[in-house]
Amino acid sequence: MNHRNAWTPWLFIGPAILLLLVFAVLPIFVSLVISFTDIDLVGLGNWDAIEFIGLENFINLFQDPLFRQSLYNSLVYVVIGVPLVIVCSLSIALLLNYATSKLFTIFRVVYYVPSVTNIVAIAVVWGFLYNQDVGLFNFVLDFFGVDPVPWLEHPFIAKLSLILLAVWKGLGINMLIYLAALQSIPNSYYEAANIDGANKLQKLRYITIPSLSYATFFVTVTTLIGWLQFFEEPFVMTGGGPLDGTMSMALFIYQEGFQYNEFGYAAAASLVLFVLIIVVTMIQFTFNKSEKN
Amino acid sequence: MKQKLEKWIITFVLVVGGFLVSIPFFWMVLSSFKPEREARAMPPTLWPENFTFEHYLNLFQNLNFGTYFTNTLIIVLFSMLGLLFNTMAGYGFAKFQFRGKEVVFIGVLATMMIPAQVSMIPVYLILNQMSLTNTMSGIILPGLIAAFNIFLIRQFMATIPNDLIESARIDGAKEFRIFFQIILPLSKPVLAVQVILTFVGAWNSFLWPLIVANDQGLYTLSVGLALLQGQNSSSFALQMAGATVMVIPVLILFMFVQKYIVQGFNTTGIK
Repeated sequence: MNHRNAWTPWLFIGPAILLLLVFAVLPIFVSLVISFTDIDLVGLGNWDAIEFIGLENFINLFQDPLFRQSLYNSLVYVVIGVPLVIVCSLSIALLLNYATSKLFTIFRVVYYVPSVTNIVAIAVVWGFLYNQDVGLFNFVLDFFGVDPVPWLEHPFIAKLSLILLAVWKGLGINMLIYLAALQSIPNSYYEAANIDGANKLQKLRYITIPSLSYATFFVTVTTLIGWLQFFEEPFVMTGGGPLDGTMSMALFIYQEGFQYNEFGYAAAASLVLFVLIIVVTMIQFTFNKSEKN
Repeated sequence: MKQKLEKWIITFVLVVGGFLVSIPFFWMVLSSFKPEREARAMPPTLWPENFTFEHYLNLFQNLNFGTYFTNTLIIVLFSMLGLLFNTMAGYGFAKFQFRGKEVVFIGVLATMMIPAQVSMIPVYLILNQMSLTNTMSGIILPGLIAAFNIFLIRQFMATIPNDLIESARIDGAKEFRIFFQIILPLSKPVLAVQVILTFVGAWNSFLWPLIVANDQGLYTLSVGLALLQGQNSSSFALQMAGATVMVIPVLILFMFVQKYIVQGFNTTGIK
């Protein structure tokens, strides 16, 4: 296309590019610089007080028990949470894919709703449900004769409680991904299997599940990155406790940065988180490519 | 016969599962209408025995929720300006050829990898240098542009025929007139979904207001609710009323537009 003015496209993309430069690209460079300094609240007001300290922040970080705890917690979240998300959202997608009646469309909405609701509100509501003394969950357990569970009061159980909440919240979006993938499996595969006399379980095992491998990979990667960014739930429900049992990397960065004003230290932690996210994304890209070849 | 039984079982499982998934919402709404003592009673009542609106009145009369509500609406309003910028950028990348376009576009896509949790520290320092901490502009600006939305809009606009734009140019139409009078009306399907998602995103905005605002006068509903939970940690009915105020408007909106979202998702190319 010929244009009267070469600047025209920049008029359209300019505002977005400018904002991205200032609030997405520049921050990464700022992070890179300040993570090698000891900038804190004093340094923020007076740049002369900032000192270059080399790799000290990063060395301290990996010796910091709290940061190591947050890494360990993220690992637990991923190891338990990711398979749980896959199994739950795939099961629901398979059930919803069984028929296309009006009723099934309504259920699609019901299962999707948690995905669009405000996470702070959800965390507040679940905090009430999880309450050890007056919460609904313990009342129901008591009804069946089970002793009260310290949902948010025990370091390991609290992790599981947050995972349960996140699985519930993530059901909708992942279920939709699986539904879209299920609907793109050619019917001829199943017809061929019928001719061969395959039963339902065999069809599921040898046609459906393998055909969903890319969807499963996509869900795995996005869920993994989601766990690395885990923030609102521990912030609202546990504050990272008990005994730092639910401390996440994002919450660690927030607390170091905005409660203790250790900006340099927090920036170093945020770079570690960034590198982890890039690694996960790169794995996704490589897999995507080999899949296409 | 076997077929029918199977369908009944699946429907039954879906009903039970759907009920379990919805329990938090039912419990939230029901508890918000109970007096505090009843909300904490063991065994709990299912339906509020002493139906009350006191918590909702309390939120708006004594607990600043009116201010939070206004602030949230301001953010929603400006998020639509952000959507306009995203749409303009999508159009720019879809329908113009210019030097460096590929590189810039890949750069835009690359910013998707930078979540707010990573950039919150440097963005705060940048805002501080611009004297924008504790201001509404500081809350609004960092979240205005979303690379993923630019990408989706670009994908859609690439399907609009070039001839349409060219003939409008020959007729002497100015570039922005073409954008507003030809491109935008043709992009209704993708924009409808974007408007809804942008609204929900802005309505739920939490991280930037939490970090940037020191003043309660600048808090959004999310931040206000987190504060309420911290300060009235044992007033559960009050907390449930606050959560209901946040959740119900989005739920009602979603019921009306769910068809477009679910469809829109299928057309975004994730398979």
